[in-house]
This record gives sequence, C-alpha cells and structure tokens, in this order.
Amino acid sequence: MTLFKFLTRIILFIFLISSLEVFATSNSKLMHMEVDLSNQQSLQRGAKIFVNYCLSCHSATYMRYNRIGEDLNIKDDILKENLIFSGDKIGDVMSIAMKSEDAINFFGVTPPDLSVIARSRGPDWLYTYLHTFYVDDSRPFGVNNLAYKDTAMPHVLWELQGAQQLIQSGKNVTVHYKPTYKNSLELVSSGLQSEKEYDKTIRDLVNYLVYMGEPIKLKRKKIGIWVIFYLSILLIITYMLKKEYWRDIH
Amino acid sequence: MSKSKGTLISNLVDFRDWIDARFPLSRIWNEHLANYYAPKNFNFWYFFGAFAILVLGIQVVTGIWLTMNYKPSAEEAFASVEYIMRDTEWGWLIRYMHSTGASAFFIVIYLHMFRALLYGSYKKPRELLWLSGMALYLLLMGEAFFGYLLPWGQMSYWGAQVIISLFGALPIIGDDLSLWIRGDFVVSDVTLNRFFALHVIAFPLLILGLVGFHILALHEVGSNNPDGIEIKKNKDADGVPIDGIPFHPYYTVKDLMGAVVFLIFFFAVVFFTPEMKIPGTQGLFLESANFVQANPLQTPEHIAPVWYFTPFYAILRAVPSQLGGVIAMGLAVNLFLLLPWLDRSPVRSSRYRGRNYRIALTLFVVSFLILGWLGLQVVTPVYTWMARFFTIVYFLFFFLMPFYTALDKDKRVPDRVTS
Repeated sequence: MTLFKFLTRIILFIFLISSLEVFATSNSKLMHMEVDLSNQQSLQRGAKIFVNYCLSCHSATYMRYNRIGEDLNIKDDILKENLIFSGDKIGDVMSIAMKSEDAINFFGVTPPDLSVIARSRGPDWLYTYLHTFYVDDSRPFGVNNLAYKDTAMPHVLWELQGAQQLIQSGKNVTVHYKPTYKNSLELVSSGLQSEKEYDKTIRDLVNYLVYMGEPIKLKRKKIGIWVIFYLSILLIITYMLKKEYWRDIH
Repeated sequence: MSKSKGTLISNLVDFRDWIDARFPLSRIWNEHLANYYAPKNFNFWYFFGAFAILVLGIQVVTGIWLTMNYKPSAEEAFASVEYIMRDTEWGWLIRYMHSTGASAFFIVIYLHMFRALLYGSYKKPRELLWLSGMALYLLLMGEAFFGYLLPWGQMSYWGAQVIISLFGALPIIGDDLSLWIRGDFVVSDVTLNRFFALHVIAFPLLILGLVGFHILALHEVGSNNPDGIEIKKNKDADGVPIDGIPFHPYYTVKDLMGAVVFLIFFFAVVFFTPEMKIPGTQGLFLESANFVQANPLQTPEHIAPVWYFTPFYAILRAVPSQLGGVIAMGLAVNLFLLLPWLDRSPVRSSRYRGRNYRIALTLFVVSFLILGWLGLQVVTPVYTWMARFFTIVYFLFFFLMPFYTALDKDKRVPDRVTS
C-alpha cells in the first residue's frame, strides 16, 4: 500500500534525523548506577554517611528521623545514638543549625535542601557528581567537578576518596580518545578507602538519597501489585457480567 | 402487578412513587439510561466518553483531599506538597492519582476527539455536542494550566511565566492583559493564590456544568456510531430504533468492564512509574525539574510544558515572529471548532469515505504526534524546520478540508449498522 510506505518512510526519516541529533548533543554520558532500594543495609549505611558528611551544611527539612527508623528498621535508641547529633527530637525533620546568611558568606550560595535532590537530579547525576571532584587550584575550595562545573561545594568526602586530577589531553592520548567522566580523572593521592570501597560508599549514599526523595518508594510497588491483582480479578467478573448481558444482542 | 402490603419491595416501590410525585427520578432514569437507545455497534473508541467521566470523578475526589493539606502560598506550597507525600496518611497515593489523572484526562480526551474525527461525530445534527466538547477541552487546558502552578516547582513557575507572557505578545492590550492575569509584575504569591481559586472552584464548576450540557446534547440527538448511520431512521412499531439497545444495562455493564481495564493502566502508572520516566525525558507526567522549589531569580536551562501542550508549543516555536507564533498556536487549538462546517462530505464515518479524507486524517495524526514530540525537545535548526513542516501539514488538514472532502470519492453507506 502506497500510503503505508509513505508513512513508514516519513517515520524512518524522522528517526534517522533524531538519532543524529541525539548523537550530536550527548558526547558525555553520565556514569550509571543501579539503584537498589531493597538493600536495607546499604540504605542504613547511606543514612549514616548522609548525617555524617552532608547534614551539617545541607538540610533535609521534609524528612523526619523517625520515618528513617521506621522504614529502614532502626530502633529509636540506635537512631538517637548514631544519626541524631543536633539534639533534635526523634520526630523532628532533618534541619541544620547553619543560617542561610552564614552559608552565603562561606560558600557564596545556600547549600540546597537535599530531601528531594534525587528526584530533581536523578541518581546517575548524583553518582557522577560525587565521583568526579578533581583538584583545581583556581577554585575557592581547591576542587572542581566534572558533572557540575565550578560547583560551590568543597569535596567533603576527599578524606575517603583521596585527590583526583584531570588528565591533560595531548599526553598519552590516542587519536580516537573521547573524554568521558570515567577516563578523564586519575587518582593522585589515595584516601582512607580504596577506589572500590569509595564506589560502594557513594552507591550507599545515592541509594539513601533516592529513598529519602520518596520514602514510599520502598512499598509503593508492592502495594501496586496487589491493586493490579485485585483489578484483574474484578476484570474477569465484569467481563463475565458483560458477556452474560450481551448474549441476547446480535 | 400485585402488591402485597408491608413487604420490603412494596415499601421501596411506595418510596419511589413518593419521590416520583415530587421529583422526576424515574423519568430521568428512563430518559438517560433504561430507555436511552444507543447504537449496538459501538467499538473500542466509544469507551473514552465514559472514561472521561471516570477521570473527572477521580480528579474531583482526590482534589478535595489534596486541598485539605495543600497550602496555596509561595512560602508553603512546595513544602505542603512534600508534606502530603510523606506525612499525610495515603497522601502520596492521592497526590499521584491526581497528577496521573491530569495526564490520563488528556489522553482520554485526545482519543475521544480522535473518535469524532474518525467517524464524523461532529457533523450535523451534532454541532452543539461538538462545540460543547471543544469548550470542555479548552476549559480542561485552563484547569491543567492553573493546577500545574500549584506544586510551586521550577517548572510550575517558569511554565506559567512563559505561557502568561504569551498574552503579552498581543498588540495594544498585551502587557495589561498579562499583568491582569498574574496580578503582579512577575508570577508571585498573588498569582498562585488566584490560580488556586480558579483551579479548585471556578473551572471545576464550569466543567461540571458543561459536562451536563454535553450529555444532555448527546441524549437529545443520540449517539453516532462507527458506521456513521442515524439509527433513528429505522424504528420498529413501538418507535424504538432497531439498531439501538438500551444504554442500561448493556452499555453500563460494558463500560464497567472498560473502566476496570482503564483503572489497570491508570494504577500501573500510579504505582510503578508516577513520573512516567521515559528515557530521554525528564519525566512526562511529573518533571524532575519540578522537584526544585520555584526560584524567580533562576531560569531553568530548558523550559518545556507538560506533554499534553507540546504539539501547540512546537507550533508556537515554529513561527519566527512571537505574535505570529501566538496566533498560530491559538488557531491550532481553536480550528477544531470549525470542523462541522469545514467538512463538506455527506458521509460521516471514515469507513465509507474516499481516500482523500483517510490520507488527510492520517497525516494530521502523524503531524500532531511529531509536533508533540518536538515540543519536548531543545530547539535545534533541524527540529525547527521539522516543526515548520509539520505545522503546515497540521494547518492544511483544516484549510484544505472543504476541498478534499467535497472532491472525495465516498463509498455507499449501508442502511443498517454493521456488527
């Protein structure tokens, strides 16, 4: 059929053009990590990293401590001992003592609230961001970032990761070298953790941030399966009902 | 009918009669359900009217519960939505049902409108039915636009800023008009408050009223069907259309089954991918940029409206001048109103129409979909030229309609509906 051929040609043409466009715009893909919310230990470790390294400058004012306890199976006393340092009560939200004006004095910006950061940035971006700090003496805190150029944030995890340097192009570089987030940096001084351990730390932290962005995500799909199951049973019944009534229509 | 006094049934019958003497309950039931005859050959496309009512119900009910915890102020709006998502019992479900419901409403309405194009449902004597449906579509666009500002995220804020500024492109009254809509020089707390009022009271009232009008108009002229045949032309001795069946129980049980299928899809989205995160998008139903609180001092890199407005947004961007773009966009939305008079074919259903209309309709749908996709993308020269090409195709569907439908080699329409 000519019309069909014509349409398939149009669609093929558009597909070709759009794939060209995509190719042209995304020369550096973010590093990817699989989020695993079923790993409760990872989430617990991530929560600990979060309160130890992030929660002094970043708040999470939509997240309550006891919700973390409830969702991640942490008892109240352990929660108080290990996660609450500010004298906050267990039902409080994760706020910080630093004033916004002070923050602007320190960093030039107010560090964003991190409650829903995983929903706005996405896990891959966070994973890449936390992996790609590198030494840059021109910056106020001595570091720059590949995922977020000229970020105002110091590399708070440097003691774990160590220091990375940007690989200068031209040296030891083949003709077909394409810079990616992974192959652009090299570790020049090691930190407390090996590269593998640091990667795990970041995965734990990002897992936790994804959980914190939407706590119900832990249960949502499980409930959904039951809802769909119930509706499927209802569909069988309503289908039989319809069939029964429509028997006499010809 | 023998009536034994004192039994439950006879008491209920007495109660019904008591009401019927004071309110036309049985008459309404009969006129609109039990003795309303619908063509027996409805197909898949005839589910979407009922689905639209279902989604409307979902939106009204979830909307009421959201309103109980939402705070319409620039200071508190964003936080109150997160409060609903975390601290309100089942708040996340209510919120996701409402956000998914918004997109579902447009999917259902677009398919409902496509059905009308497919089977010529807008043609005489259903012009008022069509016009009231179009008015509902315009109201729905307004309702969605107002509602999208309420979460007070970056996309809410800048989307509203961009769309309101479009009115500013109109000559003479433009600036005053956009100022009047915003109530401020930029989108602000004032704008949020009035959008809240329009979203939860004014527009829902108008929509509910017009839905009543739409259904009354439908039941006055009767439903069209996939064959585009007037079933009222063939009646039996009792004046009942031979190809008609009572809406209740036949279509109530059929729509009930359809509603369950719809709900399976609906809740699959609600529970498994409420953001509708399709690779290459930042979430079609809930955009990731909207999880950043509105910041009047920081424009996001890429502002795109929600998917259901993107075909028109692509048309807006395709036209080089801003005023021209606004006019083209307004036309693109409103040209549907003229369909009953642009279409010169004596035949309703595309089943019996000639090639011209079928090709035109296919091209129109393809260009609508591609424009919708283009509206989501960052502008590049190639995309702009594609948008221009498909904008022209989109408009030619309407502008050339009087000619290609008049010249079409339509087939003979059967006297009775086919099954």
